Amino acid sequence: MAAAARLFLRGANSKLSIAPGSLGTTHAAHFTFQPDPVPSQYGPTQKMNLFQSITSALDNTLASDPTAVIFGEDVAFGGVFRCTVGLRDKYGKDRVFNTPLCEQGIVGFGIGVAVAGATAIAEIQFADYIFPAFDQIVNEAAKYRYRSGNMFDCGNLTIRAPWGCVGHGSLYHSQSPEAFFAHCPGLKVVIPRSPIQAKGLLLSCIADKNPCIFFEPKILYRAAVEQVPEDPYTIPLSQAEVLQEGSDVTLVAWGTQIHVLKEVASMAQEKLGVSCEVIDLQTILPWDIETVCKSVVKTGRLLISHEAPVTGGFASEISSTVQEECFLNLEAPISRVCGYDTPFPHIFEPFYIPDKWKCFEAIKKMINY
Amino acid sequence: MLCLLFLGPFFATATMRLLINNACIQSFQVLQLQQTFDSSLEKPQFPGASAEFVDQLEFIQPNVISGIPVYRVMDRQGNIINPSQDPQLSKETVLNFYQKMTMLNTMDRILYESQRQGRISFYMTNYGEEGTHIGSAAALDPNDLVFGQYREAGVLMYRGFPLDHFMAQCYANADDLGKGRQMPVHYGSKDLNFVTISSPLATQIPQAAGAAYAVKRENTNRAVICYFGEGAASEGDAHAGFNFSATLECPLIFFCRNNGYAISTPTNEQYRGDGIAARGPGYGMLSIRVDGNDVFAVYNATKEARRRAVAENQPFLIEAMTYRIGHHSTSDDSSAYRSVDEVNYWDKQDHPISRLRHYMTARGWWSEDDERSWRKQSRKTVMEAFERAERRLKPNPELLFTDVYQEMIPSLNKQRESLWRHVQQYKENYPLDLYEK
Repeated sequence: MAAAARLFLRGANSKLSIAPGSLGTTHAAHFTFQPDPVPSQYGPTQKMNLFQSITSALDNTLASDPTAVIFGEDVAFGGVFRCTVGLRDKYGKDRVFNTPLCEQGIVGFGIGVAVAGATAIAEIQFADYIFPAFDQIVNEAAKYRYRSGNMFDCGNLTIRAPWGCVGHGSLYHSQSPEAFFAHCPGLKVVIPRSPIQAKGLLLSCIADKNPCIFFEPKILYRAAVEQVPEDPYTIPLSQAEVLQEGSDVTLVAWGTQIHVLKEVASMAQEKLGVSCEVIDLQTILPWDIETVCKSVVKTGRLLISHEAPVTGGFASEISSTVQEECFLNLEAPISRVCGYDTPFPHIFEPFYIPDKWKCFEAIKKMINY
Repeated sequence: MLCLLFLGPFFATATMRLLINNACIQSFQVLQLQQTFDSSLEKPQFPGASAEFVDQLEFIQPNVISGIPVYRVMDRQGNIINPSQDPQLSKETVLNFYQKMTMLNTMDRILYESQRQGRISFYMTNYGEEGTHIGSAAALDPNDLVFGQYREAGVLMYRGFPLDHFMAQCYANADDLGKGRQMPVHYGSKDLNFVTISSPLATQIPQAAGAAYAVKRENTNRAVICYFGEGAASEGDAHAGFNFSATLECPLIFFCRNNGYAISTPTNEQYRGDGIAARGPGYGMLSIRVDGNDVFAVYNATKEARRRAVAENQPFLIEAMTYRIGHHSTSDDSSAYRSVDEVNYWDKQDHPISRLRHYMTARGWWSEDDERSWRKQSRKTVMEAFERAERRLKPNPELLFTDVYQEMIPSLNKQRESLWRHVQQYKENYPLDLYEK
């Protein structure tokens, strides 16, 4: 017990992500979380981190929708990332329950719950483990409505999974698999950058009448803290958000990488006098082509950045569409600053990730093209 | 975050609050204990199994007790063996069973032929398995939700799915409830509580568990039934569905049609254990093996399973032994992997339709004349539906683009418009006359 407690403590004292002590050094995280201003239009707010904002969304849902159930591995005691703490005690063991360790079962079961008309919120413990459920998601959930002539659907299904790099997650606790699902008509794929966004987008996913996958940046679970409205509210899907306006370069990302790009935008302004427009895509599928293209028509330059490997990553879809729509407006080739085409490494993470210096360098190249 | 992955071994002799570090994690709540511990007893204390100790090294041999027996009510000649098992259904009910089985058989013959003649693209027959469909469907409530695999058309037929709708789906014409999107025999009916069939095998099994869980929470005394073949039972989804339904206490009947073949793969290449029924106890599930060609045995088992599944909120596994008399589909020629003699045995000596007919004729409920006129009438009915379906136009190609999401999305709308512009320009190359406008 004491040994395990020490493990907890070691983890506890890390503020963000820590490389193991074997190197003799610790690295600070590759980003600084930048909270959004306190929203005033949704009622009273409370200080919440990302996992607490998720709990709040789930709490609101269980309170207002008597059919809603939450299930997955270890959700009963509160979840390995604490997203479901307190919900089983509050709403009952028939509504918040553990399933056996089987992702294809979790998603298949969730589809069945949704088909029967109840609201199904399925948790996959890490996005890295979603692949056994790929057949159920792609061949079944996404196609249920179309193949049945709209007689049956699983619009009531939402799948949540922790996503993205965390400093030491390595191959199987760091993946960003959104590109695999972006290729699947019938699904919606959503990734929030912060607690306020997470609660509103998750509630939209739950309300949406299509099967949704909601990826939660795990590195932000404790690191991201904002004043989040206590009452339910929704943020629309498939609407990208322009976080700051600019005139020279459009920067597009989602999730954790938004905070990297915000810093890059400051660096570009300060060191290069370059004005960047930063866009949070939020919904990967269906994505907001109009907002991105409108921005590129204005700036003439586009940089897209994500942790997932560059080849076949979602930046390639954005790049391809933008060059079709905005070819004559482009002043430079579209730049993708992404992970390398390798599995996500452990000790080499600081070299692997698309950090602010790589993005900064890419902007320099585009400006000087 | 890695710390959270090591939560496993925290069980202790009493409930414990773990206060690790206020900055890190709030206190954990009570961890549920699985049993009280007393090491003074010489009994195993493991949370994972309740058992006795044994000091002889012995491997449990599968099938050492000869396989799970096959429950039946009628012998192969349609005689009731144990009168207490005769469900004593009314003449009207039994005639209905017979007429549904034979109507299915007639429809199968005509649609198989129509594929051979190039009128429809594909077909799968149900020859030899009609008893599994009708017997089980009759034992259910009309509101019970059905998840199928692809060889359960008789369940739909029993529930009253019109011939016109079967035909419309196979022809993918404008009357198809599925809007022409799927291959033939991928039927579905919202009104008849029959979830639309999909080609990937066994995917319906964990879905049925989820639906049953939701139905349990509704408290309306509905059950869910899930059909699959012995081949599909090898899929991981089957294991998932069995385990979930047992641990989550779902009112669900698993109905396995063990028909001897998965396309060309015989059962001795599909599994090495005692069929599918023997797997049930491994999941903590009540299980039975029945003679699938005995419509009363299928009826009795399904009826009792349904009653208890709903009353006790637990799943039941029924393995219905039968034989696939036809080819796997119109894309298969089963003479490549099995003998004509084998097929003939089942067709002539142990067929669900003949056995029921013997039962009926023994009671004076069905004569040669009845048989002749019914065959003529059912064939005529099927042919008329067939001809109507042939004449019908295909659905409007706009339906290519709808129902991907509940709502039309801008990018898809653009693609739709681009298709129409293209078709306008190249219209002579597209078979527009076959489709509704």
